[in-house]
Amino acid sequence: MFYREAGDFRTTYAEDQQTFPIKFDRYRYYVVLFIAIFVIPFIINDYWANSLLLPFLIYAIAALGLNILVGYCGQVSLGTGGFMAVGAYSCYKFMTGVDIWWGGELLFRLPEFNIFFSVIMGGVMTAAVGVLFGLPSLRIKGFYLAVATLAAQFFLVWLFNRVAWFYNYSASGQISAPEREFMGALITGPSTTPWATYLFCLFFTIVSAVIARNMTRGASGRKWMAIRDMDIAAEIIGVNPLKAKLTAFMVSSFFIGISGALFFAVYLGAVEVGEAFGITKSFLVLFMIIIGGLGSIFGSFAGAAFLVLLPVALKVVGVDWFGWPTDIVAHLQLVVVGGLIVIFLIAEPHGIAQLWRVAKEKLRLWPFPH
Amino acid sequence: MNEQLAFTIEVFANGLMAGVLYALVALGFVLIYKASGIFNYAQGVMALFAAMTLVGIQNGQVPFAHLINAIFGTDVHHFGWHVHSFLAIALTVVVMIALAWMVQKFVFKHLVGQEPIILFMATIGLAYFLEGVADLMWGSELKALNVCATETACLPQGMNVWLEGTTYEALGYGFFIDNLDIVASIVAAILVVGLVMFAQYTKQGRAMRAVADDHQAALSVGVSLNFIWVLVWSLAGFVALVAGIMWGAKSGVQFSLSLIALKALPVLMLGGFTSIPGAIVGGLIIGVGEKLFEFLIGAPYLGGATENWFAYMLALLFLVFRPQGLFGEKIIERV
Repeated sequence: MFYREAGDFRTTYAEDQQTFPIKFDRYRYYVVLFIAIFVIPFIINDYWANSLLLPFLIYAIAALGLNILVGYCGQVSLGTGGFMAVGAYSCYKFMTGVDIWWGGELLFRLPEFNIFFSVIMGGVMTAAVGVLFGLPSLRIKGFYLAVATLAAQFFLVWLFNRVAWFYNYSASGQISAPEREFMGALITGPSTTPWATYLFCLFFTIVSAVIARNMTRGASGRKWMAIRDMDIAAEIIGVNPLKAKLTAFMVSSFFIGISGALFFAVYLGAVEVGEAFGITKSFLVLFMIIIGGLGSIFGSFAGAAFLVLLPVALKVVGVDWFGWPTDIVAHLQLVVVGGLIVIFLIAEPHGIAQLWRVAKEKLRLWPFPH
Repeated sequence: MNEQLAFTIEVFANGLMAGVLYALVALGFVLIYKASGIFNYAQGVMALFAAMTLVGIQNGQVPFAHLINAIFGTDVHHFGWHVHSFLAIALTVVVMIALAWMVQKFVFKHLVGQEPIILFMATIGLAYFLEGVADLMWGSELKALNVCATETACLPQGMNVWLEGTTYEALGYGFFIDNLDIVASIVAAILVVGLVMFAQYTKQGRAMRAVADDHQAALSVGVSLNFIWVLVWSLAGFVALVAGIMWGAKSGVQFSLSLIALKALPVLMLGGFTSIPGAIVGGLIIGVGEKLFEFLIGAPYLGGATENWFAYMLALLFLVFRPQGLFGEKIIERV
């Protein structure tokens, strides 16, 4: 009734294979995009940008990246925090001009990159590091790999803490983004406007989602899924596991790096690596894709939205309505998140994305369910 | 005796002691993994939970006092009594058994037959849940833990004076080793022997091994899977309690205690997930390796704090050459 495909004819292969084959879906998607691009920037304020929209957009990119690796390629990774840190620190180095030293002398210094390209370079560097840490995945599988990626997490955080070059020898050991503008609008620094940072992140989110969607339904995505479902069988039918696994690590790390760069430069402005990109961040992004739905683009968004909203909602309910102390609410949040993970895994292992799919199926038939 | 060499030996000995503590946590993992194929990430949080419960019972704290006060506006915090350590340990064991039963009843009973990685993620969720509950129940501040048999006979603190004196006289260099570490090693040894005896010579132990070997075959000869799983989780809870006491007495009971679970992971990878001796040997290798690496290479050349990642890197490199760990069963894959 609400959701009909009767009369929705498709006459070409291109129409048949499009992302949203049903008209209603397609229009809904355009409406969402329209609101996101042309309506929200005019009504956004600081609170909405900083506590909801920016973290949502940034985490959505990270979740997309991790979902490619875990959901589509089946390689469980607990190193997301470390990879986000690589993105953040590369972005910082490229923003401020990479200096190459040799034997105590400055060899040369790259010019300062535009913030836009710094973020991209953050992704590129992270992709390289991701491939490096993805190499063991050819030998190690399952839990063993999950634990092996912890090596990346702890090693990278240690590296950025200890090697002063990465934070430009600043006394505090922190990195903080200098003021940079893109197309005339300030993107980083303390005096940005919410609409500019929002649009900047939104651009990256939309592009990432489109790329991810098209990669996962194309040849590379099919190879990843074949590896996920059974790697030996995939190898026998001609999927090269080396290439498939490493491209998954590369693409996934690229997105995670971009998200880390945005998280540092646009959202936080200044970070201390152990605090911002610790092991808890890895788990947070992993939870997003579990709750949202493994192997689903929509799921990455849903999971990110859910876990960004949940603490805010709990805070509003607990602290503002009931007047509880903040530490109790923080502990309750752990209980709720942990409980939800377990409940989701029991009741709906495919997450919010599956609930959405079921709901759509029901709506298609409503009110005549047969 | 050469000063540098003696110092290296001392670092080595301290590494061994630290390794024993890692092995203690890793043991709990192996127990559950063998019997149910669940890779229990929550083991570290269970240690934290057990230690907090023990301290809470010892000091007569009111559970959930903070929450109750916030909701009802009351002001309760302590019952005003002190429980003897042994009684408190017994009560904590009861709590851990209840926890094991609940975990089995409400979580893993519903996840039978799921993929291992789903079960792993469920235990991560469980870890968060338990951590939140532990904080709500007993408060999240740093607590001191000590177990005392009588007023004066407590778990020893500080370094062993006798050992230092003797070695100083014999070798000209006093070895510096914590009393607590020595106690922990002895306790760990007793625990391992006890667990192996239990698994080999009791009826329940035999059933446990049967379940570990083949679920369906065990079920068909009349072993109750449910009972065995509760038993195994209780045993893991008990091991967590012991680990919690040792770590808690060493560095206080606080959130970072749960992070030792992360340290136990490379131990397991090195030793193989399915082997109790593997957990011990892996623990010792990691303990010694990271202390020696920090002392010989990390601190002088790399700026220190390499202990954070050395264990993982070692395990990673090791796994590339031997994917099933030292003592693990060979992984055979068929299409």
